Amino acid sequence: MLETIKEDIIIMGGGMAGLRAAISAAEKDNSISVGLVSKLYPLRSHSVSAEGGTSAVLDPRDNLDLHAFDTIKGSDYLADQDAVEEFVRIVPEQIYTTDRWGCPWSRNSDGTISQRDFGGLSFPRATFAADKTGFHVMQTLFSRCQMYDRIHFYNEYFVTSAIIGQNRFNGLTAINLKTGEFVVFQGKALIFAAGGAGRLYQFSTYASSVTGDGNAIAYRAGLSLKDMEFMQFHPTGLVPSGILITEAARAEGGYLRNSEGKRFMEKYAPTKLEEAPRDIVSRAMMWEILGGRGIIDEHGETPHIHLDLTHIAEKLEERLPMITDIAKKFNHIDPAVEPIPVRPATHYTMGGIDVRISTETQVPGIFGAGENVAISIHGANRLGSNSTNECLAFGNVVGIKAAEWASAHTIPDLDTTRVMMEEKRIWEGILKNGGGENVARIREDLRTGMDQNVGVLRTESELEKQAKNIISLKGRFSNISVEDKSRVFNLQLQETLELGFMLDLAEIITLGALMRRESRGAHYRNDYPKRDDVNFLKHTVVNFTKDGPAFHYTDVAITKWKPAPRVY
Amino acid sequence: MDSENYVFLVKRGDEKGNSRFDRFNVPKKKISTVLEGLVYISENLDGTLSFRHSCRMEICGSCSMQINGKPRMACSTIAESLGSNTIRVSPLPHYQVIKDLVVDIDPFFEKYRKVKPYIIRKDDKSPGVELLQTPEQFKIYEQYSMCIKCGLCLAACPISGSDDDYLGPAALAAALRFNLDSRDEGTPIRLEITGGESGTSRCHYAGECTEVCPKDVDPSRAIQLLRRTGISHELKNAFRRGKHAGKR
Repeated sequence: MLETIKEDIIIMGGGMAGLRAAISAAEKDNSISVGLVSKLYPLRSHSVSAEGGTSAVLDPRDNLDLHAFDTIKGSDYLADQDAVEEFVRIVPEQIYTTDRWGCPWSRNSDGTISQRDFGGLSFPRATFAADKTGFHVMQTLFSRCQMYDRIHFYNEYFVTSAIIGQNRFNGLTAINLKTGEFVVFQGKALIFAAGGAGRLYQFSTYASSVTGDGNAIAYRAGLSLKDMEFMQFHPTGLVPSGILITEAARAEGGYLRNSEGKRFMEKYAPTKLEEAPRDIVSRAMMWEILGGRGIIDEHGETPHIHLDLTHIAEKLEERLPMITDIAKKFNHIDPAVEPIPVRPATHYTMGGIDVRISTETQVPGIFGAGENVAISIHGANRLGSNSTNECLAFGNVVGIKAAEWASAHTIPDLDTTRVMMEEKRIWEGILKNGGGENVARIREDLRTGMDQNVGVLRTESELEKQAKNIISLKGRFSNISVEDKSRVFNLQLQETLELGFMLDLAEIITLGALMRRESRGAHYRNDYPKRDDVNFLKHTVVNFTKDGPAFHYTDVAITKWKPAPRVY
Repeated sequence: MDSENYVFLVKRGDEKGNSRFDRFNVPKKKISTVLEGLVYISENLDGTLSFRHSCRMEICGSCSMQINGKPRMACSTIAESLGSNTIRVSPLPHYQVIKDLVVDIDPFFEKYRKVKPYIIRKDDKSPGVELLQTPEQFKIYEQYSMCIKCGLCLAACPISGSDDDYLGPAALAAALRFNLDSRDEGTPIRLEITGGESGTSRCHYAGECTEVCPKDVDPSRAIQLLRRTGISHELKNAFRRGKHAGKR
């Protein structure tokens, strides 16, 4: 017997956007029930790893237009400016709301909320909780959720597909990992809040769970994805693990040094230096490495760069405690006396499900927020300190919108035929497949190929090579064998389904990058090193078809800020 | 002894209580942490091994397990630091096993929920106005706000092992975290819960929880502080009852 779980609102994802949405839905309407479906426990979500800060205009000397302009310039003018204006307007109240809910924002001595500088900001507006911003905000939201009996947590339910029928949300199919049971979630409204896709690369700051499930599931169900070729590389992934060393380390005064011990950012961003946006710093590091000035030592065989904090040793304990601890625990390095080995690592997925400013997708009753979507405020490059605030601001909006929708609609009849097809795909098609291919090997080949061919610096020949690789990996995937045939907590089955998602997204990212013959934000083409506003001041939109992804381009919303050269 | 490899002895089991130890040789040069060892096993030696992991930077709390006799986070346990070629990994004690190293963590979160671990204020629904809190006021509860909900403390706690009702170290530390927050007004409500039968009075201050906590939360001290405020709260209540009785 198929188990069907019904709630007014179904949220896929228990990270920052999902939790914020659950609370605002529950508070908007006290008759609403929320089902929060996650393959993890909410506090295991990758949002807890966010470190440095969250931008908000709180200081009277700052203003909304400045925050908007920093964001737009940071995006290399690919952000939708109407969305950015709304974003900066609704962020500040979220800081005060989470403050009231217990978030320990770092304070000035008079008790007011403190702010600090961050890459690409024209005013120090990054609100922070030491270097554990994501962790503390997540703890705060999760604790607030405990007040509501109407928020129901479905922890460790792995979503395998979304069913959309008659232009409405029909159901999510999922595996209850603890029992292996196949279940369906139905609701009046669905919110996608399942995060990014950065683990389809090998060297990554992301948690292992960030496999793009939300994007791939939406795409397969017929929703459009936008700007997926824009993958952010954070300059300072710790070598060799990839663990994030926060941008705040540079904002607090840290230096980048090459193998000659020299600072080099002056060559690439003469004014902002180490505090330039991430895309620019990552490229500078790669050029130093390609120029033979990378470092090879006991920390890594791949050449890297040094992040030097020794001259700001006195700030480490109060402002950067977590990364100090991380360097000590994982690399036996004391950053007060030794430099930290770093190199660019995938960190943020600018692209995502195409949603309007209202958080609605093209299907009525289906919404989305957070890293899972492209609303689009980040365009071609997200500024540091502009992700957790997005989760809070649009997480709040999406919860309210979904609650409004739910109070006026009913749950449709379940499309059992498609549920059965999905059940068959998993238990017959994948679990019983005996082709002999192994999930770990295909995944490793995918990730190393993405690192090598669709990285910080891209060229046509490498992108074409990766596009071919992916076709061959998809062929191998169809012959995959899952060793573990059991039902209860079958990790390998889960990883296999995730790999399927990753292959679809890798194809979209690679083809999108191949077709975008310009350089903009995080997407840099060695063969087209200039931004081309005539042909590519456009969003890349992709849809699923039986014959593969179908691409088209849509206009970018420009309100006040005409595209200009981007110099830091 | 084979110096090229670690020998991982991994407890395999199911919810019915069947169990055995499997032995895996993991090349030392391929891994640094115990978690990397488990990932290596799962990717190269036995794809049927189940365990939880996510952030690999000791902040998400997923990979808690028993390693060489002690509850630890697999991601931040450097294999070399164990000082032994043999690494024995088993599921966290005091929790029900689901499969292999995966245990049922729900009771842990249920206990947490019981202490009302959120800010309680009379003006809860007021619009967003900045509340002041000085760095000194933050310092008072800072340590107790660092809990990553990994559940190691409950695995180490001798009382939790034999007493399912006991709220346990993490939940009690969470209660104190909110009691000490200058923005909170819920202390009397929480003290009723933590001072009750399943609360602080059950703790024997053995200190095992504090010893295993990866984030230096020091739940043992939290419980002592909580008990102390609980006693003064009780005295105040008794005094109030006395005054009311006098009026009658």
